Amino acid sequence: MASLDLINVQKSFGPVQILHDISIGMQDGEFLVLVGPSGCGKSTLMNIIAGLEEPTGGLLRLEGRDITHVAPAERNISMVFQSYALYPNMTVAKNIEFPLEMRKVDKADRAARVQSVSKLLQIEHLLERKPRQLSGGQRQRVAIGRALAREPKLYLFDEPLSNLDAQLRVDMRTEIKKLHQRLKATIVYVTHDQIEAMTLATRIAVMKGGVMQQLGTPYEVYNRPANTFVAGFMGSPRMNLVKARLAAEGGGLSLTFREGAGAQAQIDLPPEAVPPALARYAGQELIAGIRAEAVTLATPGMVAGPMQRFFDAEVEVIEPTGADTLVVIDLGGHEFTVRLDPDVSLSPHQKARFLVDLSKLVCFDAKTETLIA
Amino acid sequence: MADATASTHAAPHAHGASGPATSFGIGRIALYALLIVLAFFFLMPVYVMVVNSLKPLDEIRSGNLMALPQAWTIEPWLTAWSTAQIGVQPTGLKPYFINSFLMVVPAVAISALVGALNGYVLTQFNFRGAHLLFAGMLFSIFIPFQIVLIPMAKTLGLLGLAGTVKGLVFVHVVYGISFSTLFFRNYYAAFPGELIRSARMDGASFFGVFTRILLPNSAPILVVTVIWQFTNIWNDFLFGASFSDFSSYPLTVALNNLVNSSTGVKEYNVHFAGAFIAALPTLVVYLLSGKYFVRGLMAGSVKG
Repeated sequence: MASLDLINVQKSFGPVQILHDISIGMQDGEFLVLVGPSGCGKSTLMNIIAGLEEPTGGLLRLEGRDITHVAPAERNISMVFQSYALYPNMTVAKNIEFPLEMRKVDKADRAARVQSVSKLLQIEHLLERKPRQLSGGQRQRVAIGRALAREPKLYLFDEPLSNLDAQLRVDMRTEIKKLHQRLKATIVYVTHDQIEAMTLATRIAVMKGGVMQQLGTPYEVYNRPANTFVAGFMGSPRMNLVKARLAAEGGGLSLTFREGAGAQAQIDLPPEAVPPALARYAGQELIAGIRAEAVTLATPGMVAGPMQRFFDAEVEVIEPTGADTLVVIDLGGHEFTVRLDPDVSLSPHQKARFLVDLSKLVCFDAKTETLIA
Repeated sequence: MADATASTHAAPHAHGASGPATSFGIGRIALYALLIVLAFFFLMPVYVMVVNSLKPLDEIRSGNLMALPQAWTIEPWLTAWSTAQIGVQPTGLKPYFINSFLMVVPAVAISALVGALNGYVLTQFNFRGAHLLFAGMLFSIFIPFQIVLIPMAKTLGLLGLAGTVKGLVFVHVVYGISFSTLFFRNYYAAFPGELIRSARMDGASFFGVFTRILLPNSAPILVVTVIWQFTNIWNDFLFGASFSDFSSYPLTVALNNLVNSSTGVKEYNVHFAGAFIAALPTLVVYLLSGKYFVRGLMAGSVKG
């Protein structure tokens, strides 16, 4: 296993720039997930790491060695493709053996590797079958097995779960995570599914339009998103991003929400929730980001904690999901989603009192849409 | 062909209750009538050939061409094969049959392989001018054979291949490559690119990808190419007549010499047998793999 450094990697096709100055340093054993909407350049970046496309600028280093212009076969990187790319004319055993055969590993060693890999992935009973005789999940395992067989320095996964049905996807996700913990492998994983990114990654790189928006641990990306795009992209339901004014009243600061002719809503901010950078925005417009789970329904006699505040709002829509109930409320004319207990008793157009935890409040500049911190 | 269509359409007969019964009746009868007439039309010449190749010459001279033989004989077939006068030698068609095989097998194999290689390069490597190159190769399909006769004769002379079977192989390979390239390019254009990228990452070389991944997955288009090339090259007369001599005549030219010999009696029964011998190999190739032929043509045209 090895470290991977991307230094100012760029890619353009003619005048169209696909990747802008991507720099990522990966430690040995890291699980990096590249996530973003389609067309954000994440697959191009992966192909560049694989050597299937050449960058137009920048450097790649694998274990300190410059591999920018090294052929894919010489990089010692394995890739699991979205379509699995199993060779249809070969049996499962031959598929797993193929990269070893191409590297002129001798026959006895090859057979031993095929055995150990198939045992690890529990596909021993499938070895003599052809790929077309396998189910989606089995193909996935074989594809991973083929990548494991030659013990590369780096694994690449290109949306490996997107062709599986929902249940299998969750199972395979767990299995990939287990595999990573077991092998301590360095992995780059591409997906457009933010839940996959959150669950698997040790670090996430969020991309949009060929620009890396944020690189951080799942916790950082979720709780301290670098801008409104990351805030909106990660998490389901998405973070509430509401235009607000930071008003100074009687010594304290508060967020006031008002859109259109509706009633104004106000949330007072405890002093601890206002870092100096935010205080400079007093009297100005900004975008407040509050996660749905930061809000709970207030009960009579409840006392707000030091970082909690009450506010009143009208219920608009109630969406029970089973595990919890998503409630859309009207906050000064803005739609605002909150995640409540599954057994709350609310009805549309009812006025209710809510308690918001402001310890994870994030605010963004109204113009640049970047985090105020 | 007519048989196959008939049998598939016969199936609904069993549960004729479903669907509009009247249109089924009239439409079907008309269809079958047409098919029978067409089948008769196409099979008639074959019947005449077979029947007359099995008759003694007297019967043909005196009687009806359509009648079955009164005295069945395979003598005309044996004569055509081994003793008939071709040109000046009484060798029969046998040596020319061998010539044709010596020509067709390497010519088909080489043109199919080169076509596959061209298809691989044209689809998997986006080099500058790939489209122009392909367009140029396609254009060569439309060049009439007659135009290249003299330049080709000159080329064969320079290469020292004039009047040899090798020379004919060369000519047919050159002409065959445009078609085989077209077939393989369209097939490989629809080939999953991830398989090739995967093989490259697994360490396969340029030829490794070709021989281990592409070729083993090319059976349908390979069959199409083989049938197409085999039929064209086997049946070619113009190149055979232009670029070969007594020792290297292909079967088509020998058959012409057999039938057009100006001396002696016209042995029609021997001619019929000879024509049949000349047509048999293509017939066999088609019967063995015709199913793939139609399937492969569809694959190439729909996905390409």
